[in-house]
Amino acid sequence: MTAGIPEYPQPRGCPYHPPAGYAEYDRHGPVSRVRLYNGRQVWAVTGHAEARRVLLDPATYSSDRVHPHYPALAPRFESARKVRNFIGMDPPEHTVQRRMLLSSFTVKKAQALRPRIQALVDNLIDTIEAKGPVADLVPEFALPVPSIVICELLGVPYADHTFFEQQSRRVVTGSTSLEESADAFAQLSAYLDGLIGRKQQDPGDGLLDTLIAEQVETGVLTRRELVDIALLLLVAGHETTASAIALGVLTLLEHPDQLAALRADASLLPTAVEELLRFMAIADGIARFATADAELAGQRIRAGDGIVVVISTANRDDAAFPGPADFEIERGARNHVSFGHGVHQCIGQNLARAEMEIALGTLFRRLPGLRLARDSGELPIKEAGGVQGIWELPVTW
Amino acid sequence: MRITADQGRCLGAGQCVLSAPDRFDQSELGLVVVLDPEVPDGDERRFRAILDLCPSQALSLEV
Ligand code: HEM
Ligand code: SF4
Repeated sequence: MTAGIPEYPQPRGCPYHPPAGYAEYDRHGPVSRVRLYNGRQVWAVTGHAEARRVLLDPATYSSDRVHPHYPALAPRFESARKVRNFIGMDPPEHTVQRRMLLSSFTVKKAQALRPRIQALVDNLIDTIEAKGPVADLVPEFALPVPSIVICELLGVPYADHTFFEQQSRRVVTGSTSLEESADAFAQLSAYLDGLIGRKQQDPGDGLLDTLIAEQVETGVLTRRELVDIALLLLVAGHETTASAIALGVLTLLEHPDQLAALRADASLLPTAVEELLRFMAIADGIARFATADAELAGQRIRAGDGIVVVISTANRDDAAFPGPADFEIERGARNHVSFGHGVHQCIGQNLARAEMEIALGTLFRRLPGLRLARDSGELPIKEAGGVQGIWELPVTW
Repeated sequence: MRITADQGRCLGAGQCVLSAPDRFDQSELGLVVVLDPEVPDGDERRFRAILDLCPSQALSLEV
């Protein structure tokens, strides 16, 4: 029986298209069986409507990462079971933590950060220009933008960026082993615990300082709980957005008519970013497990079954997005599930949008001759089971 | 028709503010505030689409 069951996840052949092998899931309809790395069989939810249904129903489809039924999509998820924060909790526990952070992530707050993001993007491009070609836009541009932004927001010293970027990368990379990701989690936790301890003595003005004053000092959160929340914000805040910026540059370069349209009319930036988010699906899939028997697209889900909501295929469902494989910056569809849906929908989405708009808009404006310095087929693609994207992006101009 | 918002469900994704900044805002706590609830005849479809983007089903249309 298991022989014919396709694997999830699979590596991408092109960094912005879903793996060719995912087409096999669709033959069995929007909900089908797949096999994980550890042999466990779970449901792959590949249709857009079905993905939304699952994500809108946390009572039936749980995010509880410590629960043994929560499926590990890659070995690194096994070590994540020890980290307790709201991305891995269900309401009402989830809601309490998320609400502590909401005021820092509103549309207005993201708007207010724009001048700062613009200044740091300009600085990075000044440096790249001064140095001259060839530049690798991953370490020199795509990574520092979100990394600096999240540091300043949280009150984490950017001077420590090499350390936490390397450890975060071990946490979110699909090929990281269980031991390696456990070690990375431990190092990041120890670092953040030390930082929070120092901040308790000598407060600064970041979000972590606010949370210490309002939640830890008042006994609502323990120091350990704050460490786990800080870990989530720091890791989720930079690797995803860095991948989205680098892969966004590549996607635009590989669709010259769309890039030309964007260059001709900068007011298209917001819809272009939305279409990039849909098209690239940086988070390829997200896990849940069923807490009760349920029916989904004619399939009988049993309590305890594992689920993977496949974002990269839901975003290419032609019932929701006509001509889904076409990259069209004027599509204007915001109903993609790249930030998830339901109560866990990305808290940093408006920050990510602002960073992508400013980084991509400014880069193509200031370096009009920007082009790849290596054949696109030779760019190293990130491994399956983690944040998707490319490891290097050498360019000239 | 009128837009109603349930702050108890809102989780501050801000999709509503992005879609129609003239109609929605977020409070100091990051929760939805409806600035103008009236939906003119003929605009219902557009607003249904906007409400459909809300990830926590905090918004509805009432007669
Ligand atoms: C393009 C960039 C980004 C992408 C593609 C992305 C993707 C996602 C996805 C798919 C989820 C839902 C996970 C689930 O339902 O299990 C999520 C949640 C989350 N994201 Fe993002 N994210 C991005 C940027 C950011 C940024 C900049 C932050 C900044 C702090 C952030 C922080 C979070 C947090 C804290 C959650 C958990 C929310 C919850 O459980 O309520 N993300 N993100
Ligand atoms: S879209 Fe929904 S969850 Fe998001 S701010 Fe508006 S009402 Fe709240």
